[in-house]
Amino acid sequence: MVNEMAEPLIFHFDVDGDNFTSAGQASVQVKKNLRQLGIDPETIRRVSIAMYEGEINMVIHAKGGEADVIVSDESIEIILKDTGPGIANIEQAMQEGFSTAPDNIRSLGFGAGMGLPNMKRYTDYMHIDSVVGEGTTITMRVNF
Amino acid sequence: MTINTVKELLEAEVLCSSESLETEIHSACGSDMMSDVLAYVKDQAVLLTGLVNAQVIRTAEMMDMKCVVFVRSKRPSADMLELAQESGIAVMTTARRMYDACGILYSNGLKGNGE
Repeated sequence: MVNEMAEPLIFHFDVDGDNFTSAGQASVQVKKNLRQLGIDPETIRRVSIAMYEGEINMVIHAKGGEADVIVSDESIEIILKDTGPGIANIEQAMQEGFSTAPDNIRSLGFGAGMGLPNMKRYTDYMHIDSVVGEGTTITMRVNF
Repeated sequence: MTINTVKELLEAEVLCSSESLETEIHSACGSDMMSDVLAYVKDQAVLLTGLVNAQVIRTAEMMDMKCVVFVRSKRPSADMLELAQESGIAVMTTARRMYDACGILYSNGLKGNGE
């Protein structure tokens, strides 16, 4: 970090699940906020790609949700929480190429089964907490 | 090469961010799958695609790309151009098809691996 922070900074977003066109707006805003904080571009890119994939997932599968980004001295943490259908088999969902996205999503450039693997690839820590029928919370961390 | 060279090689029409045409770019990628772009691209500055929606511009923004080229004369909406303008991304459209557009840029020295 450029500046020592006494308190972690928290950015909160409601992710609108009704409209695929607007998916990704929160991630774009986070990217802007992190730039203003003077965080190095590689860290910003990793955070924003991971969050963007997660945000797209929330819109495709869970009709939106909530996103929190917590910037502390040690890391940037992204928490994505939805009340969607949940993930039945997390191990399977983590495999590249596995997707349950509907066909129309593929014609929009997503749904190739790369979202969760990409999120893991770009972060130092990722945990999926999911209950079928209740929802999913994904916690990711990128360390400085 | 510069973004302007991309424009000339592809005989493309620039649709926005024309002030950044002298920006130097060193690599490119071509894909209609945004998840693949997000997975495999590193330090690539130009995205060639036949997909037209707002996620193309956001994907480019997430990857710190400088330029999006729509192939097969596809044209983005005004909303998409506004997004690109905000992000400082140059947008152009070419009549070339994906394979040809990539081949032309590649054979003129614009590689895919960022080296």
